[in-house]
Formats: sequence, C-alpha cells, structure tokens
Amino acid sequence: MSHVANSKGRGGFIAGFLILPLALYLTFVIWPYIQTFGYSFTNWTGQSPTFDFVGLDNYSALMKDEVFGGALLHNLLLLVFVPAITILISLFFAFMLNAGGRSGAGGVQGVAGSALYKVIYFFPQVLSLAILAVLFGAVYRSDEGGLLNGFLTTLGLVDPSHPIEWLNEPNFVLWCLLLVVVWHGVGFYLVLFSAAMQSVPKDIYEAALLDGAGRAQTFFKVTLPLLWDSVQTSAVYLGIAAMDMFVLVSTMTSGQFGGGPDHHSEVMATVLMRNFLYFGNAGYACAMGVVMLVLTLILSAITLRATRREHVEF
Amino acid sequence: MGSTSAHGENSNGEGFGRRDLIKRSAALGLIAVPTMSFLSACASGSEETTKGNESKVAVTKENPFGVAKGGKLDVVVFKGGYGDDYAKAWEAAFDKKWGTTSSHLSTQEITSKLQPRFNGGNPPDVVDDSGAQQIKLDVLAKGNQLADLTVVLDAPSLDDPAKKVRDTLMPGTIEGGMIGGKFVALQYVYTVWGLWYSGKLFKEKGWAAPKTWAEFMDICQKAKAAGIGGLAHQGKYPYYINVAIMDLIAKKGGLDAMKAIDNLEPNAFADNPIALEAVEAVYELVEKDLLMPGTNGLTHTESQTQWNQYKAAFITSGSWLENEQLKQTPEDFDMQFLPMPVLPGSKLPFEAIRAGAGEPFIVPEKAANKAGGLEFLRSMLSREWSTLFAQQANSLTVLKDGVDPAVKLRPGTQSAVAALKAAGDNTFNYRYGDWYSAMGTELENASNELMAKRIQPKEWIKRAQAAVNKATEDPNAKNNKRS
Repeated sequence: MSHVANSKGRGGFIAGFLILPLALYLTFVIWPYIQTFGYSFTNWTGQSPTFDFVGLDNYSALMKDEVFGGALLHNLLLLVFVPAITILISLFFAFMLNAGGRSGAGGVQGVAGSALYKVIYFFPQVLSLAILAVLFGAVYRSDEGGLLNGFLTTLGLVDPSHPIEWLNEPNFVLWCLLLVVVWHGVGFYLVLFSAAMQSVPKDIYEAALLDGAGRAQTFFKVTLPLLWDSVQTSAVYLGIAAMDMFVLVSTMTSGQFGGGPDHHSEVMATVLMRNFLYFGNAGYACAMGVVMLVLTLILSAITLRATRREHVEF
Repeated sequence: MGSTSAHGENSNGEGFGRRDLIKRSAALGLIAVPTMSFLSACASGSEETTKGNESKVAVTKENPFGVAKGGKLDVVVFKGGYGDDYAKAWEAAFDKKWGTTSSHLSTQEITSKLQPRFNGGNPPDVVDDSGAQQIKLDVLAKGNQLADLTVVLDAPSLDDPAKKVRDTLMPGTIEGGMIGGKFVALQYVYTVWGLWYSGKLFKEKGWAAPKTWAEFMDICQKAKAAGIGGLAHQGKYPYYINVAIMDLIAKKGGLDAMKAIDNLEPNAFADNPIALEAVEAVYELVEKDLLMPGTNGLTHTESQTQWNQYKAAFITSGSWLENEQLKQTPEDFDMQFLPMPVLPGSKLPFEAIRAGAGEPFIVPEKAANKAGGLEFLRSMLSREWSTLFAQQANSLTVLKDGVDPAVKLRPGTQSAVAALKAAGDNTFNYRYGDWYSAMGTELENASNELMAKRIQPKEWIKRAQAAVNKATEDPNAKNNKRS
C-alpha cells in the first residue's frame, strides 16, 4: 500500500474513515436542528404532514407565554444553584478524600477510609435518572409512606394526618428536585476532581505544609487554582443539565409531562413537550426548542469566558 | 386523559417506571420525528399522491366497504388494563373470514410508535388510540388524519342485516366519537364514572351508601372519627377530582349546565351559582379536613392501593378501577360503585351518572387497507366480537346487549352495570376534555390548587372561566357544538 504512505493519500484515507461518522452526525444531529428551526415558523400540529408558514407568530406568542417565561426563570434559578452547589460539595469531599487527612510524617493523604468512600460516593452516578425519579418519588411521597414524611412523623415533627406534600408544595418542589440532581452529580464530580487532585505533585502540598498552611489555605491557595480547568468543564456540563431537567420534572411532578403543582416546577423542556405532544402545537414547541438551543449556547459561551484563567503549569 | 385505559397501568404493576419510560421514549421521539418526517419530506410537500393502489372489489351487502380478500391488515392496539388478548382473538377471526394477514402491534407508546407513521403518510389500518401516550384525537382530526366512520354506522349490522350498525349502539357512543362535526372515533368500551367504596368496610361500620352530599359528608366525618380518611383522590392526576366537581355541576344544573361548559359559554362558570356551589361542596372536604392524608400528592396507583387497604372510605374513579386494582384488592373487599351524591335541589336524580364510551378505535384516513379497517370496526360491533372482549377484558362494550349473559362479572363491574340500569336515560358525559386539551389541563391545575387549599372556590371559578374563554380561540371551537 505504498500510496497510503504519501501524505496526500493518507489524507484521503483518513477522510474515508471520517466521512461516514460525519454524514451520520450531519443527518441525525445537525439536520434535525435545522429542521426544528424551519418548523418553528409553521403551525405544524405534529401529527400531520401538512402545515402553513406563519412567520414569527410562534416567537411573538412565546414572548407573551407566562408559563414558558416561568419555566425559563426556573431554569435560570437551577442554572445558578445546580453547578454552584454540586461543585462546592464535590470539591469539599474530593479535597477531604485526597488531601484532608492528618498530615502525618510529611505525607499528604485523604481521611481514613477514603478509597472506600470514593466508591460509595460514585454509586448514585451508576443509577439512571429514571431510577432516581422512582427512588426519590418514594422519599418525597406525600403520605406517611414516604421516607421523609415517615422519618419526620416518627420524630414528631410532622402531624401524621397532615404530612408534607413535598412535590405538591409550590415553595418546595423545585428545591426537592434540585436536591436530587445534586445528590446524583456529586459522586461523579468528586471522582473527577479527585483524579485532577491526584495529578497535582505531592511536593506542592508538602511545600505548603512546610510553610505552615492549614487545610483551608491549602485548598484555596493550592488545590483550587490547580483544578480550575476541571471546575470550569464541570460548570458547563452542570449548566447544560440544569437547562434540561426534563426527565426528573416530568416523572416526579404532577401534570402532563410534569411541571406541577400549577406550573411551579415547570422547566422549558416540559412546556415544550406538553405543547409538542399533548396540545398538538408542534410548531410552537419547535420555537421553544430554538430558544432553548440559543440560550444554552449563550450560557456555555459565557461560562467558558467568565471562568477563563491563566493555565497553571506544574 | 379521560380514557379508561390511560389508567390501565396494572398490567405489570409498575406504572411509575413505565410512565417514565414512555416519557423518555417520547423524548427520543422528539428527536426522531423531525428526522423521520424529513425522510418522507419529499412526499410530504404534496402528499396527495395516489394511494388507492389496491384493486377495487365490488361493494356488496355482505362486504359494504369492498374489502379485498387475502390482503393485509395492520392493527395497533394500546396494551393497558384490558391487555391485548381480545385483539388477537379478533384478528384471528378477521383473518379467517377474509383471508387476510393481520400484523399485530400492542404497545403503551402509541404516540412515539405512530407519530412518525402519521407524519410519513403510512399509518396502520386500525388503531386503538388510548393510554397516557395516546395521540390526542383533536390533534389528529385537525390534521385530517382520521377517516370518517359514518359509513360504518350506516352499514348493516353483522348480527341483523336488517338493522344499521348505528341502531345497535349504547346512547352517547356516536356523540362521543364526534370531533369537528364528523364521526371519527369508535369509543368501544362503555364506562361509568363516580365514587367507589368497599362494601365490606361499609357493612362493618354500619354505613349506608349516601344519596345526598350531606349524607356523603356525614360518612366522611364518621370515617375521620374512625381514624381513616373520608375521600381519597389521585392527587398527582387532578383529572380524578374533577370527576367529582364536574359531576356535581351536571347533576345540580342539569344537562344545560354541562353543555354550557362544553360549548364554552361565557357564563359556564362565571356568575353561575351552581358551579360555585359544586366547587364549594368539594372544598368543604378540604376545609373540614376530610381528605385521606397525603392524597393530594399520590399517583393513581398509590392512592387507589391505600383505599384498597381501607385508608379511606371513598375514591373517585371510572369503571376501569376494578380491573386496574385487580392485584391490590383484597379478596373480600366487595368493590361497589356509587353515583355522585346530589346537592339539594338538583335537576338530575341521584341515580344519574356520567357514563360514556371510551377507548377510541380509529381508522386513519391514509390507511393502506382502509376498507379492511372499516370492516374490522363493523365486526367489533357484532355480538361475537363484543363477547370476546367482555371475556378477555372483563368490561362492557358499547354494543347494546352485546355480552352473552353467561359471562360472569366481578362485584365492582356488576354494581356499575346495576347503576347503569338504574340510571336509565339519565346519563351524561362531558366532551371538553377531548375537544380542548389545554382547557382540561387548566381545570385540572386549578383543582389541584383547590384541593391543596391554596386557592378558594371563587378563585377556582375565575380560573375555570378564563380557561373556557381561552378555549374559544381554538380553531375547532366553531365546529364543536352540542345541543
């Protein structure tokens, strides 16, 4: 195969491998996006091949849609809290597992049993969101049979004839869902940060210790700056997760595709699905999809931009 | 919503997991659908290409739709509380008679399985469009995807060729399948809605089945005193508590009050003392703390199971309840149906019940074997097929006297049949849920807030009327009128 060896031929060879995945990507990822964009200017019902072009009607209706507006606010709220809380907790635990132990004999190590903890922390990540929804459905169950209510009534904090309807309380429901996401995410990001921390040379920690730095100082002055790349990536990923939330909201809360009670847990994806499949406003739903796409892109760009730091070499 | 089988989750006892699964696959469908429709896009722009490729068969009295012998029949049924054995039996009978080859698909995921096919212009020939993932009929009708089934109504009945099919149906069947002024869906299962209680519990406690709302409240009080809840409802799906509210309105105000709502009249709820009284009556349960604790947040299976465990005296539901709870119901529970008790001065008697046909079977307009689909529906309305259904699914069909008397029914179904007999012509059924999905959802949201004590009856009325007014903007609003 002598012609493979020459560089021109090699280019063709590589392109030959790439063309199929690229074609698949274009067909199944990019093209639907473009199509969604096209449909967003129509009154397509979603159940018929016929539809009319309605211009920007869907977008102007979207501007006035209070339910979608509320959903957008919820997404933004989640966008602030999901990454912040998850990353903080993961960082704290990761630090404790890797460098939080007693600094005996100059070595830097995690708290006792940290290898075991790492495995345990990772457990939630193994579960799919669908299973989580069932699991936490049982935790938040609105009668005495729920884990939380059962626990609180046993302690005498809650009157058994008036249990707390966690997911049916407008003020709780979003936070209840937030907790599930955080619970699910911490394990994964802990392992991610742990890996990053382990690649930090021990001598840096030792030097910090010799200089008399405490745990907090070590964390803020040494660990965090060296981990910044990982934190940044995590923030983007968690941000995207916070913009979605569809599976949890749609299965755990009341209403068609969730969002209840009375739109208090609505996220953009649930409003979209309800309009798409239940109300038969597929064109309108496509407009929502376009808005979601644009927002997610903007937010990712902002996150990457805002968290840009000088890369620390070691 | 509103369909019997939407709640037929008992078939494998894990409604929650599947509900979720369905939604996930629906989400996948969201991605898949635009792609699929792209594949057919070339055709979809001018999709009125010739499709009558089947050879024309002479239309006779025995073969009113011209079914071709030896063709193919594509049947899709919702596999819910009624299973799918009945459909298999039907298909076997159909194939035997017409020499066709039936393909059978039973699924929970009607929308995600069929949406691409409707969009692509190659839908099945017969669809049982039910369940939580049914394709909404108003949406299909809007897209001209449904065949006009009037021809089936006017065809001769298989049992008695001298009669037309339309003369063999239970009252309300035809009305229940009308969308936009056309008969497009055969609602096949006859259902009654109301309250349910345990005959055993009531006997033990010495309670008599209440006939008035005051008596009903009295029993709820007694139940509370006995340490159990009065009324349970499936709080996560406020559809069910609306059965109580809307039935009270219909019984107090008569059919006119019901029609005012379906016809989206400006005073359907607003300035309507009857509607307010009904909502206040239900709200009294909340105020006096007579609901089963926690019921507002429970799913249908959770609250029904609690009720089966004697944690509440009453529950609202339709007659699919017994079939749905088959596994959770204690042997001696003695499930009993109760028409909604009446408010003082009601226009309809206590015996009046919400009754109607559910489980819509449709024939898509673009079905390859449309004649076969229509013939299939005509066969469903024969005594032979109706009895097959009653045996396999333990439920009644819309065919008058369509079940062999030899079929033995369970206590709940038996009591529902007795109630139906007692009601006679006093049956009613709302249509707004099928006609206006968004309005139905709004009413449910309002009721959820009401039951959680977050809004007052007056606010409920305000929100309900707003939902009605909004529904008048629906393009179908001018066609959906009942008199």
